[in-house]
Amino acid sequence: MKNLISMRDLTKEEILHLMETASKIEAGKIVPDMTRKVAALLFFEPSTRTMFSFDTAMKRMNGQTIIMSGTKNTSAKKGETFADTLETIAQYADIIIMRSPTEGAARYASEVVDVPVVNAGDGANQHPTQALLDLYSIIKTQGSLENLKIGLAGDLRFGRTVHSLAQAMAVFGAEFKFISPSFLEMPQYIKDDLDEMGIKYEECDDVEGNIDDLDILYVTRIQRERFADPEDYEKVKGSYILRKNMLTNVKENFKVMHPLPRVDEIHTDVDDTEFAYYFPQAKNGVYTREAIIHLLLGGK
Amino acid sequence: MRQIKVNAIKNGTVIDHIPAGKVLRVIDLLTITGKNVVMMGMNLSSGKIGKKDILKIENRALSDDEVNSVALIAPQASLIIIKDFEVIKKEALQIPTYIEKNVVCPNVKCISNEEEISSKFKINVDKEPIARCVYCEKKYKLTEIRVKI
Repeated sequence: MKNLISMRDLTKEEILHLMETASKIEAGKIVPDMTRKVAALLFFEPSTRTMFSFDTAMKRMNGQTIIMSGTKNTSAKKGETFADTLETIAQYADIIIMRSPTEGAARYASEVVDVPVVNAGDGANQHPTQALLDLYSIIKTQGSLENLKIGLAGDLRFGRTVHSLAQAMAVFGAEFKFISPSFLEMPQYIKDDLDEMGIKYEECDDVEGNIDDLDILYVTRIQRERFADPEDYEKVKGSYILRKNMLTNVKENFKVMHPLPRVDEIHTDVDDTEFAYYFPQAKNGVYTREAIIHLLLGGK
Repeated sequence: MRQIKVNAIKNGTVIDHIPAGKVLRVIDLLTITGKNVVMMGMNLSSGKIGKKDILKIENRALSDDEVNSVALIAPQASLIIIKDFEVIKKEALQIPTYIEKNVVCPNVKCISNEEEISSKFKINVDKEPIARCVYCEKKYKLTEIRVKI
C-alpha cells in the first residue's frame, strides 16, 4: 500500500491486515516509532475531529505534524498552483494527509508527490479512514466482519461515510437495512453495486420497529438545510431519533455507531446503555490512523 | 449503375458507419487543417445502421488517442486505411478500456475540472459500457462524457 485514497483500492486481505495492525497497536504489541517523522495535515476544508484524530495518532507515535487549515494562509491565494503547493509540502513532510472539498483531489495529489498520501475526505466522494475506523469498531464489537446485518439511518444520500461503509461491508457479505426519508435514500449507483454483488438490502423510513434484528445501527445526522421547507424537517425528524425505550428487544451484541458530531438523532438517554458505541468508535479512529500511517511509512 | 456519392481517395483514412449527424463532431475532434482533402457524406443509406455518415481524409493517419476519442463518439464506426485506392486495413472501432486524452469529466466538482489536468476514465466494456472517472470515481454512460474539441 503506497497511498490510501479510496476503499475501492483495498483488497479484503489489506483491510484485514490493517485491522490486525490497529488491534496490535491498541494492545501495545506494536509500538510504532515516528521520531523525526513529520506528517503534513492539509485541510482545505474545515474538520475538527478528523484532523485532531490524525494529529493525536502521529503524536502518540512520537511523530510531529505541520498543519494547514483552510486556504487563507497559503500560497493558493497568491496564485500558486495546487501541484506546486503539494510539491513544496512534500519536501518538508514524510506523509501528506489531506482533506479537500474537490472530488479526486487526493488521487491527483498522489500522482504529483512521491511521499504517501492519505485521503481524509474529498468532497462527496471518499473518506476511507472513517470507513476503516468503522470497520475496526465493528470487528472489535462483533468479533468478525463477516455476514452481519447492518442498519444505516439518516441522510443516506449525501453522506459519504455511509456510502464507503456500505461498499466496504458488502465485501464481507453484510445484509443492510437503509432507514431514511425517501428523498435522502441511498443513491441508485450504490444500490446497483450491491445488486451486482448479490447483497441483500431493504429500505424503510422509521427507526422504531426496524432495529431488533440488527447487529449494528449506524446513525448519521440529517441536516436541516437539506429540506426545502423547515416544516418538513420538523415533521419527519422524530422518525430518525433513536431513544433508549426502543432498545428493549435488540440483540445482545447490538451496537449503535455514529461518525459524530451528533445533534439530536441519538437521544442522550442512549449514552449510558451498553449499546452506545460512538465515543469508543472515535477512540478507535486514533488506533486505526496510527496503523495507516505506520503501514504507509514502511511498517509491517 | 451505382451512383458514387462520396469520391474515393488515393491515400488516407476513411471512417465509415458514423451514426447519422455525428460526422461534424468527428471532424471537429480531429482538428483537420486546411491542407487535407476531406470528403464527407451525411445521412447516407446503410444496410448496417439505417442512416450513416462517412468521412474520408486524404493523407492523414489517426493517432491512437484520436481513434479512442472517435470510438467514444461513434462506437459502431469502422476505420479503413487506404493506400493507392486499395483498402489495406479495415477494423471496427473498439471502445477503449482506458482513456485520458480529449475527455472531460461531467462532474464540475471533479479535480480534473479545477486543475489544468486531463480527465481519465476506466471503461467497463462488458455489458453496456460504463466509464468511471479515475479521480472523482463517479460512473457515467459514454454518451455523458464530453469529448474535448
